[in-house]
Amino acid sequence: MAGNSEPLSPRAKLAVTAGKAAAAVSRAAGRGSGSVIGGRVALKLDPDLLGRLAHHLDVVLVSATNGKTTTTRLIAEALRASGPVVSNALGANMPAGITSALAGGSDAKFGVIEVDEKYLAGVARDVTPKAIALLNLSRDQLDRAAETRMLAEKWREGLSGTKAVVVANADDPLVVWAASSSQNVVWVAAGQEWKDDAWSCPACGGVMQRPGDDWFCGECGFRRPAPSWVLHGDHVLDPHGSAWPIHLQLPGRANKANATSSAAVAAVFGVPPQVALERMYQVQAVAGRYDTVTWLERELRLLLAKNPAGWLETFSLIDPPPTPVILSVNARGADGTDTSWLWDVDYTRLAGHPIFVIGDRRLDLAVRLEVAGLDFRVCDTLDEAVRQAPPGRIELIANYTAFQDVRRRVGN
Amino acid sequence: MSDNSLRLVWVYPDLLSTYGDQGNALVVERRARQRGLDVQRVDVRSDQPIPTSGDIYLIGGGEDRPQRLAAERLRRDGGLNRAAENGAIIFSVCAGYQILGHEFINDLGEREPGLGLIDVISTRGEGDRCVGDVLADIDPRLGLPQLTGFENHQGVTHLGPTARPFARTVFGNGNGTGDGTEGAYNDTVFGTYMHGPVMARNPQIADLLLKLALDVNALPPTDDRWYEALRAERIAAASQPA
Repeated sequence: MAGNSEPLSPRAKLAVTAGKAAAAVSRAAGRGSGSVIGGRVALKLDPDLLGRLAHHLDVVLVSATNGKTTTTRLIAEALRASGPVVSNALGANMPAGITSALAGGSDAKFGVIEVDEKYLAGVARDVTPKAIALLNLSRDQLDRAAETRMLAEKWREGLSGTKAVVVANADDPLVVWAASSSQNVVWVAAGQEWKDDAWSCPACGGVMQRPGDDWFCGECGFRRPAPSWVLHGDHVLDPHGSAWPIHLQLPGRANKANATSSAAVAAVFGVPPQVALERMYQVQAVAGRYDTVTWLERELRLLLAKNPAGWLETFSLIDPPPTPVILSVNARGADGTDTSWLWDVDYTRLAGHPIFVIGDRRLDLAVRLEVAGLDFRVCDTLDEAVRQAPPGRIELIANYTAFQDVRRRVGN
Repeated sequence: MSDNSLRLVWVYPDLLSTYGDQGNALVVERRARQRGLDVQRVDVRSDQPIPTSGDIYLIGGGEDRPQRLAAERLRRDGGLNRAAENGAIIFSVCAGYQILGHEFINDLGEREPGLGLIDVISTRGEGDRCVGDVLADIDPRLGLPQLTGFENHQGVTHLGPTARPFARTVFGNGNGTGDGTEGAYNDTVFGTYMHGPVMARNPQIADLLLKLALDVNALPPTDDRWYEALRAERIAAASQPA
């Protein structure tokens, strides 16, 4: 079903045009990229627009607590081997932002779409995807998000009966629970370092047993499915048992996991793993994440971590001591206004690093680090923190709005 | 309290550790060690028996289904009630607080029996969920400075005659009953809706538990400047909600 064989109806065309006009106004007014407002206007004029825009595309949806944006980029890069791709690469992942992104891709063959966890079921209904990638689920913004298990339950209900191939992480019990209502699941052993949201069986509430990499419920028999794709060190093992090397510019185990899931998705669209993985090397920084910038004669690597699972994966990829680490935490609306999650992060992993603390909520971090028995310095600004660190590489880990603040300050 | 070793029990982290309340265990442990105590921290999963010989028991907040599972398992186990009879100090937060009362409304909308360790009954609030910074004055009998915390709950908790309000709210909802009470306590059992976690924002509460467990009136001082800075910031923030 490639190509734009079925032209949009006059109403849909009008909606796309109106949406683009609204986006242009929003950009001119200096209110961001305008993709969300544009999509909102368009959806108001034609509520079925999302489905209509996706109609001529082979669509894959990507959802997770962590790694959505990066994985969306990796899959888009892989599928470009086989045709033009339209994608919400900037991370506008709710229906309005998705509509706006698709409106710009009338010549595309593939739609690679990141979807906010809460909207997955609805978007999956609207766009009839060919594949859905489910990477992980963990606690995030508890002051306003639904409960983590409730999200899994919503996925499970929303995806039952889907015709899409669901590519799901076999190492995350909540994801397995969510995906196992689907007919056609490809299990990927992508790993999941964070385990503290799945000690309780999502099916029956029994206590989960987790010996080594395995997991199962001692009471109802719910257990880890046998994966057909496996992340094994620096290689992807495909369903035929062939090992393909992962070459990424992006650091860390979590991105190797994202690459493994992406290779499994690419295979659904007929792109072989060696081609997919080679193309993924192209992906550098994703919306500033993992970017290294030279600033005040230091090399700052910008790392985004928004929740305990994300911080844990980030700690495992930073350079060892004595590389200095700057931590920045805000608690504005987009971050969640509750900072309690800092106490779920094991900061003792930073022992030995010189630590500098900035951000709106640096005092919460200071108490957290004090109780962890770590040495640290609290600084009022990024400039002050960077100047106190010796020249060379600095790892900077920040949550959502803190990360945007840093990017603005360093001109990234 | 045996020898010089304090037994600190963290109850059911697999079910009741969703809102960072593990921080309470970390703060109590840290402050005990700073006073030269040996701390034995015991994390008890919900498929393990609750030890009855602990000095301080901490229970955190959790989501609705895990809360019901925790109540079922704690009732079946009976260890926490025996520990309370032995005079252990028990401090509970949010979902854990509700479990220690006579009953609460579970995830199925039914009345779920609690452990009856504190004279409170919890119901489900009709209005919006209570979410945000809280400031409250702690019962003067406890001799503690103002309480700062973050609340996030739908439950409403009513105090019976033998439970005393832990604090009176200046800002925020607390027990949600509209009478300005926050939390509840009797001689050895404490309950609060405050996350933050509450001990990180109010280390004096951790010290109170240590004093009760050690049966002493005072503890050696600690360097609390970061706690004090955080307290000042959060108290000011609660006074001027965004």
